[in-house]
Amino acid sequence: MALSIEDIKKVAHLARIEINETDAQATLNKLSGILALIEQMQAVDTSGIVPMSHAQDLSQRLRDDVVSKTNLRDEFQKNAPILGNGSQELAVAGGLYLVPKVIE
Amino acid sequence: MEWEVVIGLETHTQLQTVSKIFSGASVKYGAEPNTQACEVSLALPGVLPVLNKQAVECAIKFGLAINAEIAPRSVFARKNYFYPDLPKGYQISQFELPVVGKGAITIQVPAAGKQDAYEKVVNITRAHLEEDAGKSVHGAVEGMSGIDLNRAGTPLLEIVTEPDMRSAAEAVAYAKKLHELVQWIGICDGNMQEGSFRCDVNVSVRPKGSDKLGTRREIKNLNSFKFMTQAIEYETRWQIETLEDGGKIQQATVLFNPDTGETRAMRSKEEANDYRYFPDPDLLPLVITEQDKARVQANMPELPAAMKARLEAQFALSSYDASSLTASRDLADYFMAAIDAGAEPKQTANWVMGSLSAKLNSEDKDLSSSPISAQQLAQLLKRISDGTISNNAAKQVFEAMWLGEGEVDSIIAAKGLKQESDSGAIEAIIDEVLAANAAMVEEFKAGKEKAFNALVGQAMKASKGKANPAQVNDILKKKLQA
Repeated sequence: MALSIEDIKKVAHLARIEINETDAQATLNKLSGILALIEQMQAVDTSGIVPMSHAQDLSQRLRDDVVSKTNLRDEFQKNAPILGNGSQELAVAGGLYLVPKVIE
Repeated sequence: MEWEVVIGLETHTQLQTVSKIFSGASVKYGAEPNTQACEVSLALPGVLPVLNKQAVECAIKFGLAINAEIAPRSVFARKNYFYPDLPKGYQISQFELPVVGKGAITIQVPAAGKQDAYEKVVNITRAHLEEDAGKSVHGAVEGMSGIDLNRAGTPLLEIVTEPDMRSAAEAVAYAKKLHELVQWIGICDGNMQEGSFRCDVNVSVRPKGSDKLGTRREIKNLNSFKFMTQAIEYETRWQIETLEDGGKIQQATVLFNPDTGETRAMRSKEEANDYRYFPDPDLLPLVITEQDKARVQANMPELPAAMKARLEAQFALSSYDASSLTASRDLADYFMAAIDAGAEPKQTANWVMGSLSAKLNSEDKDLSSSPISAQQLAQLLKRISDGTISNNAAKQVFEAMWLGEGEVDSIIAAKGLKQESDSGAIEAIIDEVLAANAAMVEEFKAGKEKAFNALVGQAMKASKGKANPAQVNDILKKKLQA
């Protein structure tokens, strides 16, 4: 599968990574190389093999449904980001974390 | 051209657990912002998810209830997108291998206009476990949005149907049935105001007879059945008009505005659906054994359909009565509690669905807040069948109990509602009536049957309505034939 520079830009945007033209071209070359390797691996017959979803052949341990966490909001909110725009205050108010306005 | 609407639903049900799906933080509704947001809910570096056993059991319960395949091995996946109420940058969900596979739910679509009521099977594509996101709060601080992560990590079971429904009525009948079922099996409290049960509705239209699906638009987060009806009807009209005007439908997510009754497309995000799912390396595959299923099965309540069949067989109730009584777990439990307290089944069914339901409806109350308990109703019905009071008097007692005026027997005594069942006393009354109405007696003897009823009426009147009507009938008949 051949990648285009647009694919690179789209993936970068989805991951919120800023990328310039030079880096985009370099990334295109590297990712194309990885895809070429995968193409090579596809020559192996894997029919009848259950796809692996985890590196370890174990199953998920389950936790009993009990509340074990206490309210540490004040501790956690000391790590909140700084408001910015000249303000050194933490971006919290009334127990809420503050973020730039979300418009639907 | 005649059009056909095609509808599929995705329903998010919050599961009845006390803690979150991947951490030990509380999921209690209504807490102060972020007081239930632990380090896992906040996605602080280094935290790891640990799956809640109860959430898995809820999923198994649902799978068993809809007769679905329950995956012996299912996998959690990361659904990647950026939004402030999702601090990890991905939602843990299930993608390729969901915990519950194909199943089915039978719905009853009520009669409307010329259309009779009918049953229909809605196929369930899948149901998967996932975590809820947090909430954005607007207006707390000017120019900013507030984030409350208490809800982040609340366990959800997302239940997805095939595009099997063909009208708003069918979609709402399905949503109501599912709403009853998840409450019946105790996996969701069904509280739509608090967001415990939220429906996304996919709507598309196509020329009638076509087997190709049209382009769909998804109506997000409908939290009442009334809004669901309005939103689907508006959306259907809008799509048909757009196509008839030569336009094209763009796949989109739309919101319903209850104030205008209209649907409106959200800001289009062309790559919004590129979630780049991949298996979450923080979680191992979820394995469910036959023993796990058997253990959950042993704790399953009798399902509504099975209970309906049992009520018909055991108590000789009509299909209609049995179906009404099993419409909700509360109603069914109330009915059974009255039967256990010694009430007669058919009579109980009539009172529960008649006077009691009417009263609850008129005061907009739930059965759980009914002032009259199942045991009290049973006691009232016993007093009818043992002849202590008449049906009419029972209605007065019912009203008084509703107003909290006391227990059945004390109300009967206080209001003097006890029937006269002493045959000596009734005979004395009838003798007086016969003596005072010689003309009527002659008419009866001359073959006028109506005169008999008039005499019964006179006797009842003379007893101030307290005589047992059946006894009055018997004694009067004997006296007239003598």
